[in-house]
Amino acid sequence: MNAENITNPKVIVRDLNFYYGNFRALKDINLSIAEKMVTAFIGPSGCGKSTLLRTFNRMYQLYPKQKATGEIILDGANILDKKQDLNTLRARIGMVFQKPTPFPMSIYDNIAFGVKLYESLNRHDMDERVEWALKKAALWNEVKDKLKQSGTGLSGGQQQRLCIARAIAVKPQVLLLDEPTSALDPISTAHIEKLIDELKEDFTIVIVTHNMQQAARVSDYTAYMYLGDLIEFGDTSTVFTNPKRKETEDYITGRFG
Amino acid sequence: MTSMLDLYARRRIVNAVGLLVSMLAMLFGLFWLCWILWTLLEHGLPALTPMIFAQMTPPPGSDGGLLNAIAGSLMMTLVGTLIGTPIGILAGTYLAEFGQRGWLAPITRFINDILLSAPSIVIGLFVYEVYVVHVKHFSGWAGALALAIIVIPIVIRTTENMLRLVPSTLREAAAALGAPQWKIINFVTLRAARAGIITGVMLSIARISGETAPLLFTALNNQFWNSNMSQPMANLPVVIFQFAMSPYEDWQRLAWAGALLITLSVLVLNILARVLFHQSATTH
Repeated sequence: MNAENITNPKVIVRDLNFYYGNFRALKDINLSIAEKMVTAFIGPSGCGKSTLLRTFNRMYQLYPKQKATGEIILDGANILDKKQDLNTLRARIGMVFQKPTPFPMSIYDNIAFGVKLYESLNRHDMDERVEWALKKAALWNEVKDKLKQSGTGLSGGQQQRLCIARAIAVKPQVLLLDEPTSALDPISTAHIEKLIDELKEDFTIVIVTHNMQQAARVSDYTAYMYLGDLIEFGDTSTVFTNPKRKETEDYITGRFG
Repeated sequence: MTSMLDLYARRRIVNAVGLLVSMLAMLFGLFWLCWILWTLLEHGLPALTPMIFAQMTPPPGSDGGLLNAIAGSLMMTLVGTLIGTPIGILAGTYLAEFGQRGWLAPITRFINDILLSAPSIVIGLFVYEVYVVHVKHFSGWAGALALAIIVIPIVIRTTENMLRLVPSTLREAAAALGAPQWKIINFVTLRAARAGIITGVMLSIARISGETAPLLFTALNNQFWNSNMSQPMANLPVVIFQFAMSPYEDWQRLAWAGALLITLSVLVLNILARVLFHQSATTH
């Protein structure tokens, strides 16, 4: 399956190459991300799945020696274009990281921080937005009485849901999840997976995961990558039950990686 | 099996020897420190009377205290810190957050390291040459300036180090929300490093409150009460230096009292800094 087979693409990646200095970490990647679906990137460490994810919000621009060539089309416009404003891009594409990254401020301010970058809400509207985001992230009931307390005091699983709430409070269209549960215990992981299922009603989700069962559980489409190549891409049930490529089958059945 | 036991026995012996040597090294260091503190308390405590805080430095043979020296030290330390801290924090932030590319940051870092280890008497002479000589008299401002020059490299170094300890994922998380760099630095990274930076500032205050050489060439001394920073100013280190070297016993007593005062305030600052840093380490 390739770009053309997805009927409602939100993001289209065309001939994407990525370089860390002289090292080519992504090789001619072509794929599409379906709107309001979950797309998972799987593959062994170093295969480029996180690198691919980080091109979607141009995270790599923080670092001088990294660059991407090719096209990533979001709603018809190439976001790799130099004219693309980074801040408005990141307002439309949110991201959650492997390790929870609460800011050193209160739970309330953690959420309000991102919102304030784009909207000037009055007190009441901001309260509502914070509540909305925390409810969406299934964290409201646990923190509603301690919104003024530091976000760093929460448990790991709660911190990660706080980060998800922070990302969706900005109301992005796409949510990038970079191994969001790899630092969490199984119960917190189950929470987050349930959350992903609910969030895809409103957001297009791309998730990088080391955990193949997780990819099988949460995603609609799966991309298997290896050494910077996109080996196979298709709907999750096909990739997991009837892979076209031998390499995918070897990886999925645990004979490799 | 026996060779395994041999191996463990050898490890135990090496461990015991290593532990013993490091204990001895610690005792050696502590011994001098305790001796110094003991002598200081022995001579300083009896001299530490309420008069110290009520009267000016006396001429030999008459009663007096250290009030003018305490006030002068406090004022110059305060002004020196107020000048040095903002410059230090800004420069340290530049080095940590913007110093990844270009030639300016490495050179600044290198020069800062030199400044950090420059003997303080050189800094005193420098301020004497560029300031005191031109205004033609010693002054509190000159003293504060010299102290600020000592504060700056310390604060630069700690600010940079503390900011570098902030995990880059935190910066990425803020950038991923679309925050511009100045907001990331102001609201996220500086805030995360706050306790460490404050610790650095406090340690630099502790450092300058005992500096004698830079004040000798800049603020000099003043027998009388003076709150005018444009005039020569009394200060504890120089008073201690002058009184301790004198043949008069009452002057020597005052010197002991001053030395104890400085030591105690430095001790308190150090403890405060440690408590602060420890608190932040446990909340993150």
